[in-house]
Amino acid sequence: MSESLRGSSPHAAHRPKFEYRRPPEFGATAPVRHPVVVVGAGPVGLAAAIDSRLKGLPVVLLDEDDIVSIGSRGLCYAKRSLEILDRLGCGDPVCSKGVNWNVGRTFFHAREIYRFDLVAESDHKRPGMVNLQQYYIEEYEVDRARAVGVDLRWKNRVVAIDPRPDHVRLLVDTPDGRYAIEAQWLIVADGARSPLRRLLGLDVEGKVFRDRFLIADVVMAADFPAERWFWFDPPFHPGQSVLLHRQADNVWRIDFQLGWDADPDAEKRPERVIPRIRAMLGDGREFELDWVSVYTFQCRRMAKFRHGRVLFAGDAAHQVSPFGARGANSGFQDVDNLAWKLQLVAAGRAPDRLLDTYSEERIAAADENILNSTRSTDFITPKSGISRVFRDAVLELAERHDFARRLVNSGRLSMPTIYEDSALNTRDTDAFAGALVPGAPAADAPLERGGWLIDALGGRFQLLLFADDPGEVPRPAVDAFAVLARLPIPVEAIVIARRAGAAVANARVLVDAKGVAAERYDGRAGTVYLIRPDQHVAARWRRFDLAGLRAALGRATGHDAEV
Amino acid sequence: MPLNLRPNFHDPDRRRFRDYSAGDDFYELLIESHRGLDEAQSAKLNARLILLLANHIGDLSVLREAVERARDGS
Repeated sequence: MSESLRGSSPHAAHRPKFEYRRPPEFGATAPVRHPVVVVGAGPVGLAAAIDSRLKGLPVVLLDEDDIVSIGSRGLCYAKRSLEILDRLGCGDPVCSKGVNWNVGRTFFHAREIYRFDLVAESDHKRPGMVNLQQYYIEEYEVDRARAVGVDLRWKNRVVAIDPRPDHVRLLVDTPDGRYAIEAQWLIVADGARSPLRRLLGLDVEGKVFRDRFLIADVVMAADFPAERWFWFDPPFHPGQSVLLHRQADNVWRIDFQLGWDADPDAEKRPERVIPRIRAMLGDGREFELDWVSVYTFQCRRMAKFRHGRVLFAGDAAHQVSPFGARGANSGFQDVDNLAWKLQLVAAGRAPDRLLDTYSEERIAAADENILNSTRSTDFITPKSGISRVFRDAVLELAERHDFARRLVNSGRLSMPTIYEDSALNTRDTDAFAGALVPGAPAADAPLERGGWLIDALGGRFQLLLFADDPGEVPRPAVDAFAVLARLPIPVEAIVIARRAGAAVANARVLVDAKGVAAERYDGRAGTVYLIRPDQHVAARWRRFDLAGLRAALGRATGHDAEV
Repeated sequence: MPLNLRPNFHDPDRRRFRDYSAGDDFYELLIESHRGLDEAQSAKLNARLILLLANHIGDLSVLREAVERARDGS
């Protein structure tokens, strides 16, 4: 987490300031009860507000400030986050402003030891990673939140919380004084220091790493390619690591490992930072400091992400080291997992315990992220002499050997968690090849006329039925599509056909012209997938079976029986 | 059989979805095995480990190649 900010840069100047408005509660005689209140207008809180709103829930979003984040902070957005942002309606501005990159280079001493390419396969709508300053993402999300009707309240700071069995009562401080507000459901996304978590007296457990890092965001006209460069023990910064990333607007992120003994106040002074950057660039080029910060970090999480009607998401619930870009990316996945469950429970269409599975599934994800980011940190900062000997031996061997490259760990870049052991999954009874097991996020695939499968998925339960020709969909399936559309939790039927053909009643037909969907899903004629509203696989079969499908839908929504 | 230099860490009991997971598990196991040891104890652990693994490999042509590569740092 950041220990200091410096916000007087030219890039800070254009960032919008949001207008405080006197909340309507000041005129009310009794506290108003809202279906959903979100606390924290960072990338995760904004996403939670947008997603809840898109699912028909009225949303109030409270934030203690009235500006987007200072400094670039979160930086790399992984393909899965871009897919989630697409579903929320802010993927396009993020991708068009952001810097698309796929290549990473790793250096040891003065030599490049290997490079990797994130895009091992083509035919996905979104790239492996996009770099964009956090303030831009927040700005686009604020625009979207306004457009979908989120009640955004700036300069509204929660100072007291009182959780009750059927609602949560909050006391909110504003420039006009304090008011009370009630929430049927409260989503807490107020960051790593989470004031609300503290008000509730809840712990977050894990380890603090004894190391300090200097972040410098630098504006320069550089001709470095848009790649991730990582140095172990470079000549310009001996004994430590350095990371370079490109962001939008010719802003470059440079991250210097400083060691635990560094003095954070001294290190962030320009007279200390500028020579470090000069030494790294080595060619006397002009640059300007946009933002400097010295940070330490922790890998930890709360024991549960759900406490009654209070749901924690993002850094408030779990924190990781920055290596691997698993912070904001996992926060978006939290929201993705939470919003549809909240919608069903709030509407009384699923039992309350469905929300417990938000905590269960996202804790499994947090543990995976903490494990990977802890391992990266241990590799980057060896904790003993022998550990450094092994680390350096791996780096030496990596120049020649693939097996050693696989062991080099400068960050295992964020991939969506597969909820392998989730109680919401229906276990496979048929044999399938490939990675799309129950719990996995749906794979994208190109469709005819430039469409993408991922754009057709999400927001509701869906059934994918594979067929060679739309006319060959089995009769019992076609008859069942109308039934599925009218269930208390409706299921939309999608036929994925190898070629275009006749329309199918009560189903959408998508044409898998290149056969990529069939390959990624191991989809043969008759194969059926049940997809959750967050685009994760709930169940799959080789043959359509209405009873099995309804049982799986019941299981995926926390019911004891079929829906 | 020549010395295998391709990625080869695997875990027959567990399905892996990320290609680095098994190698990272091994690396953590290795580093953890040295936890709390001083330099001399670590050197002994390494020696015992090499002997155990060398016997498991057994094939002298493989071991000769590994020793040569380790010796010249490549």
